[in-house]
Amino acid sequence: MLCGVVGSGNLEILLNAGDLPNQCVVEIKTAARGFADTWQAVIGAFAAAHPAGGTRIAINDMGATPAVVSLRLAQALAEYQGGVQ
Amino acid sequence: MNAPLPRQWDSLRQNRGRRLERAASLGLAGKNGKEIPVDRIIDLLEAVIQPGDRVCLEGNNQKQADFLSESLADCSPERINHLSMVQSVLALPSHVDLFERGLANRLDFSFSGPQGARLAKLVQEQRIEIGAIHTYLELFGRYFMDLTPNVALIAAQAADAEGNLYLGPNTEDTPAIVEATAFKGGIVIAQVNERLEKLPRVDVPADWVDFTVLAPKPNYIEPLFTRDPAQITEVQVLMAMMAIKGIYAEYGVTRLNHGIGFDTAAIELLLPTYAAELGLKGKICTHWALNPHPTLIPAIESGFVESVHCFGSEVGMDGYISARSDIFFTGADGSMRSNRAFSQTAGLYACDMFIGSTLQMDLAGNSSTATLGRITGFGGAPNMGSDPHGRRHASPAWLKAGREAAGPNAIRGRKLVVQMVETFREHMAPVFVEELDAWQLQKMMGAELPPIMIYGDDVSHIVTEEGIANLLLCRSPEEREQAIRGVAGFTPVGMARDKAMVENLRDRGIIRRAEDLGIDPRMATRDLLAARSVKDLVRWSGGLYAPPSRFRNW
Repeated sequence: MLCGVVGSGNLEILLNAGDLPNQCVVEIKTAARGFADTWQAVIGAFAAAHPAGGTRIAINDMGATPAVVSLRLAQALAEYQGGVQ
Repeated sequence: MNAPLPRQWDSLRQNRGRRLERAASLGLAGKNGKEIPVDRIIDLLEAVIQPGDRVCLEGNNQKQADFLSESLADCSPERINHLSMVQSVLALPSHVDLFERGLANRLDFSFSGPQGARLAKLVQEQRIEIGAIHTYLELFGRYFMDLTPNVALIAAQAADAEGNLYLGPNTEDTPAIVEATAFKGGIVIAQVNERLEKLPRVDVPADWVDFTVLAPKPNYIEPLFTRDPAQITEVQVLMAMMAIKGIYAEYGVTRLNHGIGFDTAAIELLLPTYAAELGLKGKICTHWALNPHPTLIPAIESGFVESVHCFGSEVGMDGYISARSDIFFTGADGSMRSNRAFSQTAGLYACDMFIGSTLQMDLAGNSSTATLGRITGFGGAPNMGSDPHGRRHASPAWLKAGREAAGPNAIRGRKLVVQMVETFREHMAPVFVEELDAWQLQKMMGAELPPIMIYGDDVSHIVTEEGIANLLLCRSPEEREQAIRGVAGFTPVGMARDKAMVENLRDRGIIRRAEDLGIDPRMATRDLLAARSVKDLVRWSGGLYAPPSRFRNW
């Protein structure tokens, strides 16, 4: 099973193959409340800028900033795609 | 015609004579020159200080005259009261105790980091009157105008029998303080760590010193400028890469100051690796106005750095500094002489760039670390982060920036003033805001102006994880606002950007993203840091750097 895993003190991202080639399914577990809009924007920007179709992403967040999340998503995708190649 | 009323023209000298007489009548001084027994310090202070005096208590960034501070706080408020304190930094609890115990009621200062909350409380309780917050060089300037101290309580490394003083690497603010006090009839009292027959060198001549006391323990020195590389994050590495490629290389920045922080520590640690790979050795970062940051050691050892002038020293660095006399300013005795006043002057006029971090920024680019509940001031940042209109000598970076701001026929250059910051701070507090806390703080303090650290007018660039905004190239307040929103990431300010305008700014190179700079964010890893731990720094220094115990984690 191909996947990209990146982790740090406040964030874990697991990126796997998804079911639909034109969809990226993201599940976020986070302790912080009230940041749904921010998550929406961060994930949306990631999906718009990267070829993330056909993936499923699980995010375990313990208070990471959008800067860290964006960086880790890009890294996880790169790892996953590296594995694919 | 009536003759003018007679006026005494040497009242300061007379007054000084009376203070010294009071001390002499208590058997203080005279016997061993200026030496005071440590158990008589309270008697001395109560004899030479008068109610209503202006007192400079040496609280610098690093060095603290802590014995004198605690002793002053233990004096009787019946004998000493209504003091106006003038000092660079309120670092110690005893600095604030003076106000709580009714000895002092007025304060002019520059920075109060650790005591910011207590200061705010005293203001709210109306138990302190703050004259003004200053930047260091500004405060020193006022020592020679309208804030001249009557009494200066300073810290020196050593005194000889005559009362000459050796200040050592932490020379810091002392020369400025003593010059102003000694030459306007003031009294200078020094706590020293040791008495020597022969000083390594004379930093303050005995003529300028009235009393010396051997402190029970060496004066406290705060390790303010040490940053553990282990705490540098990948986002900070990414921003450092953008700053190096997008600003340092672009403008050819050879002369600079770094505001302290992990962001700038990341830049220092990327010089021997990332910057060297870009072929920048010898082309950037050759001359520094900087405290001796341990994180600069790899860049020095790698041959990037030609010269560093320091505001003060840093705990654990004295041995390394002495062994690198080509780089640092050292006396014939081998030890460093620092000097905050001159370093701040070099930072103002002789540096082409200042780069530092902040806690808040608004849409005009005004930047502040002032937050509710604390009154901290800004230290040297307002000076370092300002564009000096008095400058006349040209340099490539200064000219390029000036022409970006005012066109090819610009009549002056511009200093690069860069604010580097992640868009969110801890607890997801946005850095970019519509209105700085500074305005609320102004009301709470009853101050004339909001406490702004660096004015938007002076800011030339902003670096965030989202890219670099070049404010010099903006031609209207609207462009400036969108340039800032365009790097404000996912903060509410960033999300409210005019997407079309931001794209236009990007097309014109006013906003540059990492990709536009040819930087792949996935390359931003801690592996790029020349040193990843304090132990690495020690290794780079060949064992010359001796970190203080709190940083020894191996």
